[in-house]
Amino acid sequence: MAPTPGLQIMQRSYLWQDGTVRSWLLTTDHKRIALLYMASITAFFVLGSFGAALIRLHLISPTGAILSDETYSRMFTMHGIVMVWLFLVPSIPVTLGNFLVPLMLGAKDLAFPRLNLISWYLFIMAGALVVYGLFRGGLETGWTFYTPLSTDYTQGRVLPVVAGVFLSGFSSIATGVNFIISIHQLRAPGLTWYRLPLMLWALYATSVIFVLATPVLSITLLLLAFEHFFHVGVFDPALGGDPLLFQHLFWFYSHPAVYIMILPGMGVVSEVVSTFCHKPVFGYRFVAWSSISIAAIGFLVWGHHMFVAGTSLYAAVVFSMLSFLVSVPSAIKVFNWLGTMHGGAIRLDAPMLYAMGFIGLFTVGGLTGLFLASLASDVHLTQTYFVVAHFHYIMVGGMVSAYFAGLHYWWPKITGRMYPEMWGRTAAALLFFGFNLTFFPQFILGYEGMPRRYATYPAQFQVLNVLSSAGASILALAYILPLIYFTWALFRGARATDNPWQATGLEWRISSPPPVENFITPPVVTHEAYDYAALDHPDAAPRAEAPHV
Amino acid sequence: MSEHLAPYDSPQHRDETAIAGMWLFLASEILLFGGLFLIFVVYSHTRAAGWALGVRHTSLTIGGINTALLLTSSMVYTLGVEAARNENARGTILAGLGAAGLGVTFLCLKGWEWHTELDEHLFPGPGFALGGLQAGGAQLFYSFYFLSTALHGLHMLVGIGLIAWVCLRVYRGRGASLRVLPVEVVGLYWSFVDLVWVLLFPVLYLIGRV
Repeated sequence: MAPTPGLQIMQRSYLWQDGTVRSWLLTTDHKRIALLYMASITAFFVLGSFGAALIRLHLISPTGAILSDETYSRMFTMHGIVMVWLFLVPSIPVTLGNFLVPLMLGAKDLAFPRLNLISWYLFIMAGALVVYGLFRGGLETGWTFYTPLSTDYTQGRVLPVVAGVFLSGFSSIATGVNFIISIHQLRAPGLTWYRLPLMLWALYATSVIFVLATPVLSITLLLLAFEHFFHVGVFDPALGGDPLLFQHLFWFYSHPAVYIMILPGMGVVSEVVSTFCHKPVFGYRFVAWSSISIAAIGFLVWGHHMFVAGTSLYAAVVFSMLSFLVSVPSAIKVFNWLGTMHGGAIRLDAPMLYAMGFIGLFTVGGLTGLFLASLASDVHLTQTYFVVAHFHYIMVGGMVSAYFAGLHYWWPKITGRMYPEMWGRTAAALLFFGFNLTFFPQFILGYEGMPRRYATYPAQFQVLNVLSSAGASILALAYILPLIYFTWALFRGARATDNPWQATGLEWRISSPPPVENFITPPVVTHEAYDYAALDHPDAAPRAEAPHV
Repeated sequence: MSEHLAPYDSPQHRDETAIAGMWLFLASEILLFGGLFLIFVVYSHTRAAGWALGVRHTSLTIGGINTALLLTSSMVYTLGVEAARNENARGTILAGLGAAGLGVTFLCLKGWEWHTELDEHLFPGPGFALGGLQAGGAQLFYSFYFLSTALHGLHMLVGIGLIAWVCLRVYRGRGASLRVLPVEVVGLYWSFVDLVWVLLFPVLYLIGRV
């Protein structure tokens, strides 16, 4: 490949070609939409973190330090809703996914570029509605909107928040449709399914959940709003309805949504581990199909959220068994990442540190999930801090680590600049230690019986709560640092080369930042994914000329 | 609309992609209505007597006429797709207008049906008309009835709007070669709206009537 002259890169780069606000707001370029999304979800992440900070500050004292009981309830509801729907669900798919899917496919854009832009506007409208509802009164229902609390008893603003979450669902569906159709239709010549980077398998699986689970949330929220507005009894037992039905419908979306919040992270970790070990991913097909099976089995386990809600024992046994089944593909991934690292020349740059943190924290989160999938221990642990710690190990320890891993890894490609490596490693280490200090004590708190969602607690739990709050302040530092050095790097970072990590993958064959049209000459794929031999010895591989299937 | 092919290789590739996108969107729609039908599945069993009482109060005549109208509308539209494939702009527009007209008639009848039901106090709430032991189940039925017909009606409005857009497109593009794709994609959507009704009709008017 002939290197492109530097000046030409600047002129053709998607970032700088047309700098007007209008050109950004009306862009259909997937790379720019990714950045629009990145700015938006960062704002929501800051908002959600602010809620978490107040919660942890409040819980320093057994009687509650700063908030009234009602404000406390509204604060954890705000934290949950903003973090789940406005940060975690979109996070990796809409930022890194939007940026990378066409690049990894060797395509010029996603299959439906205008739909992609519409999805961002839907997301912004959704965010505005949610924020309006949360600040003009707020909600005390938690992120789960359980009825009849959300329909009959809440004093807060249910309708704008529910409408916002409803809209964000359509944004997710649009993204999911776009990714699935792009992966089917826009693969470059020679890019067979088993040559796809594992990130695309993971995003494909995520998109299936987007398309098939999100509409169930939409109809559930519609029913909820209908009941709240017209005072009819779809779920209200006083009017003949069944509140358990709401929980079934809600978790039919929200359990698969947990896999929306982890599968893309697994995709990122597969890419990062392979690159920084300079080895193909061990057992490629197993890792690929484990993404699909996690998505598929994920549709069949929602009942484990309702073991104590009055479901039948026989249903509970089946749901428990199915939940155990999810651990099989998850474990396959963990073992295969370790297998990839075994004997590799591991470079401990920031993305790899984050990815290793992901593997450890995800393993803890996954294994503690088995305690909650077991009927007997779930009765003891449900609605305690054990659950809180468990899902934060997956969502924060897992997904946020992976998001940061991906941001550091692709930052040179996205911006054309390197981030400061030393600070990156520091932030990765801080995240790991701060996270563990925040959430490990919560396992013990939950095991000892401290219930979640209460503004006060018995004095015996104070030491562990203070430890947890101290950890949260370290975690906050680990979030603020990247915000500062990424901003600095955007303008002052060292210029990135086209392939700073010696990675395989089509996105590393083009300039950093990529030109507007992605590929100046359409790429042809002649190798398997992660073929480092071909990368290291391009001349020694006559098969590059060979016809491909 | 600019005709540059951006991410696609050829016009045929672009059209295939659009059709695939519509099918996937319809899969999503099936799950949307699927969640709604769960209400029927559960309550028509747990509150069978009250649910059946509600079913007996629906107007089978209007429901039946509407089913016939909508099935005919889908058939007429399909003829329009065939006309588009044969480059017959006039035929496409006529079929589109016919299909949309039948759809509007459906909505008018539905509106009239709603009107009489609201007059008879069949909307769930304190003044609900059907008393007695089974009032709870009947109220659940009418909650489902109003929500499902409203959601279906909304889909019909969108569909009628899309058909009008297709007709306008074909009308404006007279003389040039006719693009079949938008006609086809809207046809998929219209048939889906029809299919939802094919399931709603027995659920709302037939099951439990006798």
